[in-house]
This record gives sequence, structure tokens and C-alpha cells, in this order.
Amino acid sequence: MTPKTTPMTMIQALRSAMDVMLARDPNVVVYGQDVGFFGGVFRCTEGLQAKYGKSRVFDAPISEGGIVGTAVGMGAYGLRPVVEIQFADYFYPASDQIVSEAARLRYRSAGDFTAPITIRMPCGGGIYGGQTHSQSPEALFTHVCGLRTVMPSNPYDAKGLLIAAIECDDPVIFLEPKRLYNGPFDGHHDKPVVPWSKHPLGEVPEGHYTVPLESASVFRPGSELTVITYGTMVFVSEAAAIETGIDAEIIDLRSIWPLDLDTLVNSVKKTGRCVVVHEATRTSGFGAELTALVQEHCFYHLEAPIERVAGWDTPYPHAQEWAYFPGPARVGAAFKRAMEK
Amino acid sequence: MSIHKTAATPGTEREHALALLRQMLLIRRFEEKSAELYSAGKIRGFLHLYIGEEAVAVGTMQALTKEDAVVATYREHGQALARGLPAGKIMAEMYGKANGCSRGRGGSMHLFDAGRRFYGGYAIVAGGLPVAVGLALADKLQERQAVTACFFGDGAVAEGEFHESLNLATLWRLPVLFLCENNLYGMGTSLEQSESQTDIHLKAQNYNMLAEAVDGMDVLAVESATQRAVAQVRRGDGPYFLELRTYRYRAHSMSDPELYRSKEEVAQWRGRDPISLFDAYLRGQGMLDDVELKALEADVANDIDWAVAEAEKGEWEPVADLERDVYAGVAA
Repeated sequence: MTPKTTPMTMIQALRSAMDVMLARDPNVVVYGQDVGFFGGVFRCTEGLQAKYGKSRVFDAPISEGGIVGTAVGMGAYGLRPVVEIQFADYFYPASDQIVSEAARLRYRSAGDFTAPITIRMPCGGGIYGGQTHSQSPEALFTHVCGLRTVMPSNPYDAKGLLIAAIECDDPVIFLEPKRLYNGPFDGHHDKPVVPWSKHPLGEVPEGHYTVPLESASVFRPGSELTVITYGTMVFVSEAAAIETGIDAEIIDLRSIWPLDLDTLVNSVKKTGRCVVVHEATRTSGFGAELTALVQEHCFYHLEAPIERVAGWDTPYPHAQEWAYFPGPARVGAAFKRAMEK
Repeated sequence: MSIHKTAATPGTEREHALALLRQMLLIRRFEEKSAELYSAGKIRGFLHLYIGEEAVAVGTMQALTKEDAVVATYREHGQALARGLPAGKIMAEMYGKANGCSRGRGGSMHLFDAGRRFYGGYAIVAGGLPVAVGLALADKLQERQAVTACFFGDGAVAEGEFHESLNLATLWRLPVLFLCENNLYGMGTSLEQSESQTDIHLKAQNYNMLAEAVDGMDVLAVESATQRAVAQVRRGDGPYFLELRTYRYRAHSMSDPELYRSKEEVAQWRGRDPISLFDAYLRGQGMLDDVELKALEADVANDIDWAVAEAEKGEWEPVADLERDVYAGVAA
């Protein structure tokens, strides 16, 4: 029997994931700044404190280091804390606890203690947040061994991935592209916003299901070119494929690291061309790792140099946000370059 | 509540008092206009209004000289105006225009002006505190007499940087004036929900720092407390901490459901509005009448009109220039 589905925004899907896990597992606790009473700055945890009480869903002061560090301690005792950092741009005070403690606890205790924690954070631009409310810091996390880094692009994946993250015995950095919270976004910021209720991936099963970690999805099948991307850029890449008429196969990584190497290698071997797209700054961005992996695994299948499309190597500008954001025109131009050779 | 007179500032007492009132009115009208422009889509992104807290910026700033430094937060339009940044430069920045005080790169939360020693709007909570301590450390090492005034909110005191900064400032006896704007809420979470010690100045006392709480709705009380504190800091004995008890009337940013506080509480604080209180005081002293107030309001309205005109006529920074200032010496 197919499970009953409901149209949900990404916010509702994330809330539903936490709701399901709070109900199923008494070890799950949810906390962070404004998470309890207020229901989260983007409303992701709205109603959960009323439903599960203040010992399961609660507020924390503006203490990112304290929030993440206490999650590590609780995790070592077998709890599964799900903490929210209000914006990804605010995680830096917690970086010591994330890098030195959460990521390495399993390794240095030879498996005696683990940190099965999930750290949720909204990321990315597109809302004129400027340099302290728009960053995409995924590469800072993928560089740290022991962490898992995940970024959904739609409500269905968001719920399934968040449940998988909460059930995972490793620390998971769960990045939520805030521009996708209420609808898919193809980079045409001057067009009306399309709601998730009008998109098939906004249909979300009500109960428990997972989207396994380390599984990429072929978001759009194609034969001429492979696009490796994640988050908001999945939809921007789709728009670029439509606008250029190039039959691009779009791979949505979903799990950024560790990743599903087979899916992307098989695709590049099939198409012989590859474009890597992300919103984060270019230099030492995760695109560099993806480019290296494709080169290592697909070199003799490549018919053209791998193209990278990314944000600029600058802080996110406030006023010229759309010049910085790698929109469909920039992505499409890279598609064309990859097809020329 | 008691309102004190002050004699520590230039001009006649009446001239000074009217200047305070004018600055508070300027901030209030500037913020009201900003809200309107946000609704019109002229200002975008995040916008944190200072309405209700005007006495804090205006009262504290009177005690500072132009050699002193100011570090502020993301709710810093009031401090910037009181420090003397032209309203047109601030409004243009909020529009994101290149004639703004930060070339349109920062927006509302990141106002900078080196000439006026205004070292920024810091949008990361508590991010400005250690920077302020560093400014003061440089002043001390280079034997300048300046004071660094560092504004931050009650939310910042839960961050590690707050504690590191207070310790360093006292340990090294640095000329920092810590100005905690306690408006009782860090976004949607009340002080009681986030602090084990809600009398914030007591935290500072534990670092062996002189610290006191001040009525932040009373501009003269703020002014006189800051004069005393600055005099103490200038003596070279180390930092001073003021907890300024105040209230923001509006939502944290442009909108939130405000379920975290009661309408009665908001009404109670509005009943102690800093501008109305000072207006009543001045009338009681025979320093203000309707004609004078109308003239002040008209003068302020002119400033606001000019500010909006400056922002409207500004250009966007050329896209080709946006890589400038990432590194030293990288020209457009």
C-alpha cells in the first residue's frame, strides 16, 4: 500500500521529520535558539514544544558552542539531540565543539563513545541577507573527517534525509537552503515564487521513511552532459538545461560527504562531460573535491575539461546579491562551454 | 524614575536639552521612515528598528569625544545617527547604494565610518566585543587617551566572547566602556529563559569591573551615568560596564508574531517612552512648548527627506568593483 502523502513546504517536511522521531524515539531531543516557545526563526519547530513538552523541545540562549557541546555530551550517553543553529552563518563559535569534539569522539575513544547528533542550519542566499545571513559553508564541514554533511533540495528529501540523519550514529551537519523553504527556486528572482504545493516533490508521506545517506538522486535524466550539484542549484541547473536546450543529466548529491560516488561516476562515464555547480565561493569549495573525484575516476571518459560554476570569492554582497548568485545564465554558459570542445 | 539635570555639556542647558530631544526625534522618525521603505521594497533583507531605545544611543553618545571609538550591533541605526553619521549616508547604505557609508556592501546591519571612529555594525551576536577590546588595547599600547564604547544586547551575554572580552578588559585594565542594551528579549526568547543571572551588570562585577544598571528610558540618567563611567575609564583604571534597561517596541526584525510578550507589557513600556518622558520634563522646566516642538519636528522631517533623496539618487556599486577590498591592493 502506498503511504498517504500530504503537500508540504520544506519547513513542514522538516517539522514532520522531527515530529515523527520525537514520537518514535524517547532519546530524541530538539533544542536551540528560539526553537521551543517561539517555534524557530523559520518556524521549523512550531508546535513541537506544545506537543512533546519542555523536556524534549526547548530553548537555549545565544550560545552556539554550548548548544553543540551539550549535544555531544548527551550523544555520548545515547541520546539523539537535534539542535538548530539559527543561521549557518552563526555556527563559527561552535566550530571547536564540532571539529574537535563531535567529529572525533568516536575515533579517539576507539568507538566507546559516539556523537549521534544532528546539527540543523539554514544556509544560502536569495533573501538579501547580506554577508552574515547568506553563507554556504558546506566545504568547511566536508574537510573535517568524522562529520557527515547533507543538504536536501526539496520537501520529500528533506524529511527522509532528516530522519536518516537523526537515526545515524555519526554527527550530521544538516544544511537547509532557506531559499527553498517555501518553494523550488530556479534563480529567476524577478518571477513570482512557485509554492511547493505545485511541485511533485512537495508531496510528502506522513509517517516514517528515510532517504538513505550517501545516496544521490538523478534529478533529471539526460545524455549530453552531467551536472553535479545540490541544494538550490539543482533547480537553477534544471532551468539552465531547459533554457539552453542541452540534454543535461542533473545529479542531486543530497549527501555531500560521504557521497554516492557510483551515481556520479556512472553518469559522467555515460555523458563524457561534466559541470559542477554550487552557490558557495569557488576556491576550495566542494566543487574542487568533486572535480578531482571525476578526474580520478572518469579521466579516460571525459571529452572536455570539467567546468565549475560557483559564487564569487567574495563575501556575499548585500545589494548585488543576484550578480553573485550563480543564476541560470551563468550555469547555462558553462553548459555551452562544456559542449563546445 | 528620577530625571537629573546635567551641566557637563557645551551650550546652555536648554540648548543641550533640545539637542538631545532633536537627536531622539531624528532616530524615531528615521526608523519610522525605514519601516515604510521596507514595506515599499526599497530596503531589503533584514531590518532591526531602534524605536523605544533612543535614549540609550543619544544619552551615551554625549559622553564621548570624536577621538573615542564606537562599536555597535546589527540594531545600530540609532548609534550611527547619534554619533553624527549623516542620515543620507546611512539611508543610502540601507538601500544598498554605493554612496552609502559602507558603499552598499553592508546594508542595515553593517554601518561603518572610519572618520567618525564608528567601527561597525556587527551582525554576529557578541562579535563586536573582542574587537572593541582590541581597539582599546591598541589605544593603551600606543598611549592614546581614547575610550572605546562597545554596544551589545542582552542576548550577547550568553556567548563565550562576552566573557572572554570582559576578562581581558579587566585583566589588562583597558579603556573600554561596555554598554549592554538590555531590552529583555533575544529575538523571541526572554532574558529569564536564557540567563541564570538576569541582573546583567552583576556578571561584570564578577570580573572585578565597575558596573551598574541605568534606566535606559531616561536620557538624562543615561547621559549622567555615562559621563561618570567615561571619566572613570579615562583615569586609566580599566573598563566600566553599564546595563541600560530599555525596550524595543517593534518586532525583533521587521516581523514576528510577538507571542513572547504580552500587549500589557508593551503598553507599560510605551507608557515610559523616552521621548514623551523627556518632552514632559522639558515642558515642566519651561524649556519646550508646542511651537518649539513643531519646529524641531519640521527640522527633523527635512533631514529625513534629504536622507531618502540621497538614497534614491545613489547608484549601485558596479558589479566589476565587487572583488575590490577582498585583499589588500586588489584594484577594481
